[in-house]
Amino acid sequence: MAETFLSIQNVRKAFGATTVVQDFSLEVERGEFVSFLGPSGCGKTTMLRIVAGFEEPSAGRVMIGGKDVTNLKPNQRDIGMVFQAYALFPNLTVAQNIGFGLKVARMPKAQSDARVAEMLAIIKLPEFGTRYPYQLSGGQQQRVALARALAPKPKLLLLDEPLSALDAKVRVSLREEIRSIQKKTGITTIFVTHDQEEALSMSDRIVVMYSGKVEQVGTPFEIYNKPATGFVANFIGTLNVLEATVSNAASGKVRIDKKEIAIKEKLNGSKTGDVLSLALRPEAISLGRRPGNDATLTGEIAEVHFLGSVIRVRVNLGNSAVSLDTFNSPASPPPVVGDKAEVSFKAGDLLVLNA
Amino acid sequence: MHWLGVVPFFAFALLFLVMPTIGLVAGAFRNSAGELTLENIVALSQPKLAAAYWVSIKISITTAILGALAGLAIATAIIRGGLPSWLRSATLTFSGVASNFAGVPLAFAFIATLGRLGVVTILLRDVFGINIYAMGFNLLSLWGLSLTYLYFQIPLMIVIITPAIDGLKKEWGEAAATLGATTWQYWRMVIIPVLWPSFLGTVVLLFANAFGAVATAYALTGPSLNIVPIQLFAQIRGDVLYNPNLGYALALGMIVITGVANLLYIWLQRRSERWLK
Amino acid sequence: MAGAAYFILPLIATFEFSLRKRRGSYSFDAYRTVFSDPNFQATLTYSIIVAIFTILLGVLLVVPTAYWIRLRLPWLRPVVEFITLLPLVIPAIVIVFGYIRMFGSNSSLPFLATARGTDVLLVIGYASLSLPYMYRAVDTGLRTVDVRTLTEAAQILGAGWVTIISRIILPNVLIAVLSGAFLTFAIVIGEFTMASLLNRPAFGPYLQNIGANFAYEPSALAVIAFAITWGCMSVIQILSRFAPKSANNPAN
Repeated sequence: MAETFLSIQNVRKAFGATTVVQDFSLEVERGEFVSFLGPSGCGKTTMLRIVAGFEEPSAGRVMIGGKDVTNLKPNQRDIGMVFQAYALFPNLTVAQNIGFGLKVARMPKAQSDARVAEMLAIIKLPEFGTRYPYQLSGGQQQRVALARALAPKPKLLLLDEPLSALDAKVRVSLREEIRSIQKKTGITTIFVTHDQEEALSMSDRIVVMYSGKVEQVGTPFEIYNKPATGFVANFIGTLNVLEATVSNAASGKVRIDKKEIAIKEKLNGSKTGDVLSLALRPEAISLGRRPGNDATLTGEIAEVHFLGSVIRVRVNLGNSAVSLDTFNSPASPPPVVGDKAEVSFKAGDLLVLNA
Repeated sequence: MHWLGVVPFFAFALLFLVMPTIGLVAGAFRNSAGELTLENIVALSQPKLAAAYWVSIKISITTAILGALAGLAIATAIIRGGLPSWLRSATLTFSGVASNFAGVPLAFAFIATLGRLGVVTILLRDVFGINIYAMGFNLLSLWGLSLTYLYFQIPLMIVIITPAIDGLKKEWGEAAATLGATTWQYWRMVIIPVLWPSFLGTVVLLFANAFGAVATAYALTGPSLNIVPIQLFAQIRGDVLYNPNLGYALALGMIVITGVANLLYIWLQRRSERWLK
Repeated sequence: MAGAAYFILPLIATFEFSLRKRRGSYSFDAYRTVFSDPNFQATLTYSIIVAIFTILLGVLLVVPTAYWIRLRLPWLRPVVEFITLLPLVIPAIVIVFGYIRMFGSNSSLPFLATARGTDVLLVIGYASLSLPYMYRAVDTGLRTVDVRTLTEAAQILGAGWVTIISRIILPNVLIAVLSGAFLTFAIVIGEFTMASLLNRPAFGPYLQNIGANFAYEPSALAVIAFAITWGCMSVIQILSRFAPKSANNPAN
């Protein structure tokens, strides 16, 4: 187990009567990439700004590298930060922007020039040193902002929705680039985003937040496959919600659309006759029977969306409906709306949602 | 045929801006017989006229720089000083009014306030025992005129510089802070360079504004104050120099000075503004 | 605080001074004298009429030009902008001096030969003074409406140029034009130098004349002039609330 590098302890933040962050605690290991994920207004940005030192917590403390920084100003915390709107200094060239932190730290010119050149190479813009920010595209500006934040070798990198202002293609390529640079430099990173795909694809761990509270902390795999709360299950990924009646609480059996299915998971103390919401990811459902799938339901194909490599099919099942994905195959035509169809899945993939 | 749409504008500019000015410039290089000469230009160096230029330049530079600094300070205070928003909009509205409140009425207002019998003058003398005129103050002097000019110079600076200050992004300051910069370093390396072109441009505008102002000075002091616009005014009225061509040279001098100020501005701006589109 | 005092004291002092005409008590006597002076009414009316013609001339000059520059001749923009800024570089007194020299009774364009001609020249002079403000206001207004798309839409519907400018473009930049108009009004109404040197019976020279000959009336006039300026600026501010922030495409 690596050492804890950033420690956030029982932080609370209130603006007047409204509490925007309540009792936030988190231990981040050295070199770890942690995302704060949640809808806008959930407190993730406020929490990041508390770590940066732009907001003072109403209670609790922040430790970086074992040192309490709660009362330090942002310019004393040895952090690097990247903003949604790039925030490059318009009057400085790319090289001067990257060298800004080195200059204020009074690094000798030769040394700082070398560092700037190194950063320009890392962000793959070696020829761009003499340009001004307005001459760059959004993606290039954000890479420069990243290089500027990393140039002084900060202890901690804070990324505040750095990809939100960019268009889709750039967003995907830049997130891979950010992650690879982060791995290369080994810098401990906090990444704030409202985009689940970004969080899932980049993070070592994700902190899902909702209205000021931490809903779940876990690896992307855990968050996606074992959501701890109904909010997490709904917020992350597409979800089919099936209504089920508990038919035998003791043996973990439920009835969905008149079919009895045994769930291995605990039924959260439900009684026989209770109505539960069960969730199932589209990719866990197959069209037709399949070896290993121990549950089968029958229905009628309601919608077919051809998305290229994947075909998303919606199947009506009595009083509920599920979406599922099948891979495109040139040999067989896609399903036809109105046809009868069977869907199958592993009962163990069903998630019981908290009411 | 595309250019047909702008013909009226260019015709107007040529006929009523460019040609009258060129006419004056040409006249400045001729004598009364119509021959080419540099006499008029040389005659500008006679003590009275040279002094008029010098005083005018002094007043204009003083009020431009003081006005720009005071205006910048006030604009910064109302935008970044965390003042209530009503105070901000009230200041901006008032600045819009005051920057256009120049000329004769402004002179009246200052005579009523700080003239020999002005309300503030009397108040200071009778209530506080401070006789500012005995202490050497005179509204009808260089300093009095400068004080009056500042009444429209400062608000004009506020009106022009406010959008530039508004354009400063909060994230720049935060980015600088996370990079370890102190507030002063941030100001020196980012804020001041970013505001510099707008600041400089406004200083030149304020300079030209004060340099060409006739009405305020004339209403305040009559024809007595020896500044260029008043000399020129008197010359146009009644050929007090007894040489129309010397009058043209006087006007040429004014154009040259405001022109040089603008060239200086353009040159400095080119140097400092490479980062603008 | 000191700043606020510097700006507010002259206003209070001027107002107080203007009430002192009657010995021993405050009165509006100075205002009464001013308002009943036939010259006050005549010169103010004259200046208002000149201001209105100035605004009309300014709009006719600036709107089609700014529109055409945006639509067809963007490469001419720096030249036009330079010209509109000339009046800030060439002092008004120099411009009017140039007029006196160029348009005298013996010249080929003898504006100054008749009183009516001189009135026209005064309007022209004021229009050139207001050029920087008018052009800036209109150009800003044009930037927020997508001129090209509007024009193309109108052309597809079969509109001619006059229709496009008067029915499509002008209404869309009306607020900007009005802002420029009121600013022009505020500048022109009390202008002294040009009116005085062209010998026209305008409000500015009247003010100066009163100032040289009376004690309390000038203060009353200063208060009135300040009120007029304040009124114009308030109208501009109210208008700006109705201005379109950015229509469909603020791309440039």
